[in-house]
Amino acid sequence: MSTFAPAQPVTSRLTRTWSGRRRWPLVSAVGATVAAALVLLPLAFLVIQAQQSGWGEVERLLLRHTVVVLLWNTVRLTLACTVLCAVLGVGAAWCVERTALPLRRLWAVALVLPLGIPDFVVGFGWVSLEPGLHGYLAAVMIMTLSLYPLVYLPTRIALASVDAGLEEAARSLGLSSWQTFWRVTLRQVRPAVVGGCLLVTLGLLAEYGAFEIVQYQTFTVAIFTEFKLGFDAVGACALSLVLVLVSAAVLGGERALAGRGRAWRSGSGVRRIAPRVSLGGWAAPVLAGLTALSGLALGVPIGSLVYWMLRGSSSTLPSSSILAAVGHTAEFSAAAAAVSTALAVPVTALAMRHRNRVTLLIERLAYLPMALPGLVIALGLVSFSVRYALALYQSSLELIVAYSILFLPLAVVGVRSAMGQASPRLEEVGRSLGCRPAAVWRRVTLPLIAPGLGAAFALVFISSATELTATLLLRPTGVNTLATQFWSYTTDFSYGAAAPYAALMVAISAVPAYLLSRRMSTLARMRPET
Amino acid sequence: MAIEVREVSKRFGDFVALEDVSITVSDGALTALLGPSGSGKSTLLRIIAGLESPDSGEVVIEGNDVTDAPARSRGVGFVFQHYAPFKHMTVHDNVAFGLSVRKRPKDEIRARVEELLGLVRLSGLAGRYPSQLSGGQLQRMALARALAVQPRVLLLDEPFGALDAQVRAELREWLRRLHEEIHVTTIFVTHDQEEAMEVAEQIVVMNAGRIEQAGAPRELYESPRNEFVMSFVGPVNRLGDAFLRPHDIQILPESNGTGTEALVERVVHLGFEVRVELKLHDGRDVWAQVTREVAHELELTEGQILSVRLPAPHVFAR
Repeated sequence: MSTFAPAQPVTSRLTRTWSGRRRWPLVSAVGATVAAALVLLPLAFLVIQAQQSGWGEVERLLLRHTVVVLLWNTVRLTLACTVLCAVLGVGAAWCVERTALPLRRLWAVALVLPLGIPDFVVGFGWVSLEPGLHGYLAAVMIMTLSLYPLVYLPTRIALASVDAGLEEAARSLGLSSWQTFWRVTLRQVRPAVVGGCLLVTLGLLAEYGAFEIVQYQTFTVAIFTEFKLGFDAVGACALSLVLVLVSAAVLGGERALAGRGRAWRSGSGVRRIAPRVSLGGWAAPVLAGLTALSGLALGVPIGSLVYWMLRGSSSTLPSSSILAAVGHTAEFSAAAAAVSTALAVPVTALAMRHRNRVTLLIERLAYLPMALPGLVIALGLVSFSVRYALALYQSSLELIVAYSILFLPLAVVGVRSAMGQASPRLEEVGRSLGCRPAAVWRRVTLPLIAPGLGAAFALVFISSATELTATLLLRPTGVNTLATQFWSYTTDFSYGAAAPYAALMVAISAVPAYLLSRRMSTLARMRPET
Repeated sequence: MAIEVREVSKRFGDFVALEDVSITVSDGALTALLGPSGSGKSTLLRIIAGLESPDSGEVVIEGNDVTDAPARSRGVGFVFQHYAPFKHMTVHDNVAFGLSVRKRPKDEIRARVEELLGLVRLSGLAGRYPSQLSGGQLQRMALARALAVQPRVLLLDEPFGALDAQVRAELREWLRRLHEEIHVTTIFVTHDQEEAMEVAEQIVVMNAGRIEQAGAPRELYESPRNEFVMSFVGPVNRLGDAFLRPHDIQILPESNGTGTEALVERVVHLGFEVRVELKLHDGRDVWAQVTREVAHELELTEGQILSVRLPAPHVFAR
């Protein structure tokens, strides 16, 4: 006897496309909307400003000779730096990950640490020791030394997780080791290399301080000069729009370069770990090269700071101003970190748990500030507040909002990786065991993503604490952060007085750079969770 | 009836996961949803649990229409293939989760958790974290967690799918005995016909979002309703429109005229079972399954010509 009598047909119900329990949590929807609006606000006001002064005027401003020079400067700098960073980054990553390099662990960390020194501090380190250093070559050198870890770090992680089985297969099919490297290994890490190069390019487009120090004219330097010294808001906005277009072009180019194909492991079995190549006679040149790289990128700036601190200690340091700067920096950065993280949570939660066109668009928008230089965001906020909210202009709140927008992508990355660990299955277990949505969030999701929220907070905090460009534009009158105080001493050539501020900023960001490199190495070696 | 699903349909974009699916499960039964991947079996299970809502149709549990009720009020326990342990809680807290949500007194929770850990043979591991348990232990913990709230219905989604063969066989046997002990209405999803046959009292065979056949394991095996069920629940030989089970093919000592003449092409010894690949005199290929003893008696060797008796084949209307 079967217990499976066909069930009685019932009149079909109305189609349920949108039943109650699938509704977006209201709080998330509101939070994500606020995030999207904040990101779009500065951009919108740049356009409004340009429109109100008339497109004819904008056109006249843009068709000047200066713009051609700026474009040429930007292109030749970007090309040189990106290629150099790619070569240095991939080379260093391969040496650390795939060769029997002496003192491997030490190199692994030392090569990331330049990430912890703000670019303008690297510039300061070099120029304060060698005042004759300026122009194109100086800019290329300083930016390459500051930015190559952006290629090195992801490439090393990718190399560590490459399946050596593919390389062995290639070799068995008759490829030489050099061909294997080009056609198989590099192919597998290409997304990481291209991604790193993208970060380098965006970093170059956004940088202001280092170029000002070596007196190299880029868009940011020109925008800053027009706005701050020439009081020409329209000119600054017009140039900013060009800069945004350049960034957009770079982003488009990255999509084309990264390619659609992705490298996959061939099966679900155990990944083959690649054996490390013995360096043989190459050991000495490789070690010399890495020593030179670390010496130039890390040794010179740090050495210079130490030198100026020792020199400066003879002059009397107003320690109260250091304390005030530390206090302001901590206050603004902590507030921005809290706001960014709080906005990143709903954005990510919606994109991951309620995937649809709208939520994915909001998530994309949250990454937009990556391609927007801080200066552009600051200008957009200035033109908004000057017109519609004068009370906000040069208030702490405006600065905090600027940081929150600028570093929202970092917060989203941090929250996203944490949410990726918290499987939706766990939330479903919670629901089936009797939890309401809010209780599932509190009892299951939040404890699981808490470390990720902490990481997101820390990333935004550090980036805000060392931010210079937007801070120079937006800080309340008379209030100094570590970065702006450092900057005003540097531009006065009071290097001894500037050094302690730089040292504090390095201290703030070096610790996380170190932790990041440690954590990334561990992550790369862990098996992916099913 | 413990569970009734009536004409449920569900689409994901253009993909039809379920189309007008209706099943009834009687009280206390242990039922398997069997089908290849993409057949809609997991979707059906998730709809019964309230983790997914159907586009149309109804779900009735113990006489109550729960189609629009949230998962939390359906009284179902759900166990996932990858265990879904709360990594931030101990084994005790994992199992106690549903009870603490219901704000039961501490003493009661402790006693109940202890009892359940005994039931799933994890006593003494209450203080451990999930990362310190093996796959089999995690799955038993997940089961205890689902049982803690005394669900009316227990739903298991490929519960043994992520475990290795030996642990899997052990847990199957254990699940069957556990079910005899606590008798809660249970539905589990699997793509493994052997697992379904061994554990379940009833099997629902699904394919491409529809139910192909439902019934007791023996009924499905002996009178499959169509080609799909026939070939999914056991090995088959196909001769044109006719289907034969390899073990129903009888091999006779020599060509004595009563059967069909056949050439032995290959003999594969698989321990107790011996697989014999044959070419019939009209050129068609079949394989037969015989025991070791039979193979030995007949002295089967490759190239030998003998005679076989074919059973009455299953022929399905197209």
